[in-house]
Amino acid sequence: MAFDSFNEFIAMGGHAPYVWSAWGVTGALLVAVVLHARAERRLLLRNLQRRVRRENRQGANQGEMAGVSHQMGGDRHDT
Amino acid sequence: MGMIWSFIHKLGSPKWFYGISARLMPWFWVAAVALILVGSAWGLAFAPADYQQGNSFRIIYVHVPAAFLAQSIFVSMAVAGLVYMVWKIKVADMAAAMMAPLGAAMTFVSLFSGAVWGVPTWGTWWMWDARLTSMLILLFLYLGVIALRGAFTSRDSASRAASVLAMVGVINIPIIKYSVDWWYTLHQPATFTITGRAAMPMEMWAPLLIMVLGFYSFFIALTLMRTRSEILRRESNKRWVRDLAGETR
Repeated sequence: MAFDSFNEFIAMGGHAPYVWSAWGVTGALLVAVVLHARAERRLLLRNLQRRVRRENRQGANQGEMAGVSHQMGGDRHDT
Repeated sequence: MGMIWSFIHKLGSPKWFYGISARLMPWFWVAAVALILVGSAWGLAFAPADYQQGNSFRIIYVHVPAAFLAQSIFVSMAVAGLVYMVWKIKVADMAAAMMAPLGAAMTFVSLFSGAVWGVPTWGTWWMWDARLTSMLILLFLYLGVIALRGAFTSRDSASRAASVLAMVGVINIPIIKYSVDWWYTLHQPATFTITGRAAMPMEMWAPLLIMVLGFYSFFIALTLMRTRSEILRRESNKRWVRDLAGETR
């Protein structure tokens, strides 16, 4: 241990504002990036499931046609 | 040669990538979390204070790993761009698109932590010297690549434009690296060199090495995860992707 007490550790020998702001911003960004990636994955999976369910329903109503149209359609599905 | 080509083609197949990345990703997450936790505790509480800089020196343990990643991610993006342009491997373009925001974030972290570190050490948070300016240019290059991807309605045009900007912008990387040798600068020269001895005692550089490895693992894990998401987004018309909707959460 480079410090004798917890208070000394927090104080960082007078450099607390510098050390903790640099570490804090880094930690916050790393956590934010992970949370964003998780939310992104969940949203995409949910959208995919919803779409497949909707198209299965359409497919049941319209027979073969729905299957043909979704395979031909779209090269950009961002939303 | 035959084996190498079939490996490259397999790697380029989104379906194969989706499967292999699922198996690799957990190891990189575990490594990232373990290394970053150990490196942080060691660097913040156990490494000795610098005899000149005192405890502000502990900023090095976030500053250097972030700066390494900022540059490595840009090089990775340029290589992925080249692979996409030459062999039309879509997964390379997806990975390039997904790593850009992390690269920008890491460039920001290295600029911010450097500025904060500069106040007690140099007496100023910013100077227009070669190292700092070339890092600021790197941030703008990242933002440019991200903006360019959003600027086209055609995915293919967006991918090609972003690839070209990454391949041209990578010229900035050796400029960043050698800036401390070519020009007069406040910034200290490289902490780690492949040849020659470390400029620090072991108790100081060991946690730094652990943090650097942790940040690299983090980058790999996050890129695998987000590339898998991007496959769901771009390949949602493929049969095998639609079959995933039933089985994955």
